[in-house]
Amino acid sequence: MKQNEQEAITLQDFTAGLWKENPVFVMMLGLCPVLAVTNTVENALGMGIATLFVLVCSNALVSALRHFIPKQVRITTYIVIIATFVTLVDYIIQAISLDLYNKLGAFIQLIVVNCLILGRAEAFASKNGFGRSVISATGMGLGFTLALIMLGGVRELLGAGQLLGYPVFSDQFEPWVIMILPPGGFIVLGCWLLLINYVKQRRSTLAMTQNAAASHCTVPQQH
Amino acid sequence: MAQQPEVPELPSSTRLIATLSVVAMLSGLLVVLVYEYTKPIISENQRLATERAIFKILPNAVKYLTFKVDNGQLITADNKSSGELIYAGYDANNTLVGVALPAQAQGYQDIVKILYAYNPYTGCITGFDVLKSTETPGFGTQISTNKEFLANFNCLSAKVDPTSGALWHDIKTVRHGSKTQPFEIDAIAGSTITSNAVGRMLNQSAHRFHPVIAKNLSLLENAARNKEVSHETK
Repeated sequence: MKQNEQEAITLQDFTAGLWKENPVFVMMLGLCPVLAVTNTVENALGMGIATLFVLVCSNALVSALRHFIPKQVRITTYIVIIATFVTLVDYIIQAISLDLYNKLGAFIQLIVVNCLILGRAEAFASKNGFGRSVISATGMGLGFTLALIMLGGVRELLGAGQLLGYPVFSDQFEPWVIMILPPGGFIVLGCWLLLINYVKQRRSTLAMTQNAAASHCTVPQQH
Repeated sequence: MAQQPEVPELPSSTRLIATLSVVAMLSGLLVVLVYEYTKPIISENQRLATERAIFKILPNAVKYLTFKVDNGQLITADNKSSGELIYAGYDANNTLVGVALPAQAQGYQDIVKILYAYNPYTGCITGFDVLKSTETPGFGTQISTNKEFLANFNCLSAKVDPTSGALWHDIKTVRHGSKTQPFEIDAIAGSTITSNAVGRMLNQSAHRFHPVIAKNLSLLENAARNKEVSHETK
């Protein structure tokens, strides 16, 4: 624990959540809101920002109080902290936009059970310094928001022929209604995972080939 | 000889209770602060949403008056009044064009609240706007987007029998594609629970308010001429 706390803040802390350890595409966390509210970019953005707020604030408080919270009551304390920020975000969204609040439905309150937030509090914020925890949570939250927008963009485009409410295709385009329904969430998530894993695999194969060529070694044959 | 495993010392119960109490108090303080700060903003948003909904469902109205339903009577009120409020819409000549009425029922996830337009002259419900809904996106939310479902409200019959002072018929939701009567609502396939909730809430609200409106129609008709109206369209 001590070793973790002494580690300096690096760019890696921030970027890990964006891509390499993306909570949706790599860690597959918090998939319930990912599938449920990504039928439009606006909903995805609203949910992403709400989750980012709760993640950053709760991780900051958990990290700041980590020396005072006994191990035996840590999970209970984390849940109280997370539930507090979810309640705050619930009021704040109602104050900013009732329309958005109505569109996101019960999924705002359900942020409290998003395992991404409790997972980061337990695995990272409770073992690291304040700054590092906030930077990491920001990266994770932005990675989560990015994933939601990637799903929401495709689903809104194909399911309604729009992007952020603006029509993209001509009137002749027949929307794929399934895309804005729950099965569309599974289909688009599957397609993104397929594409991302294909790109990752191709990159690593390419890197291996280049390394082998650079060191004048032959690539070992697989049998 | 095997060495005894070292047992970590447990903190005292007092410390555990104190930690949880401090965190709970901090949590309560934050929630109360934000609640107090956002309460007036949320109330104003709700008032604006209601006003928007009134002018949306009563497109010919340019102003409206708020009334409170009290013991079968209508009393002039304002938006800050508590109790059951209804809104009468008037055109530029102060002629009554319709009444906006609240309705609510349990949906799939939570209570769905709507405001619907009622024409007391034709006895038709002519449209509605969702004020609060936490229904499943893509399913329950279709009640305000599905064209076939919205066609039910071109003229959903909710007439009052002048002799008995009650509704001629109950409003009910029927299975998709089986509507035969003007007082029936054709449900959305795949969103039956929310469709049924709309039927239930309209039936309940119509039984509650329509007879009162029929009884106090002349009051509603003359109210805008007798006093300055509370709100106007921009």
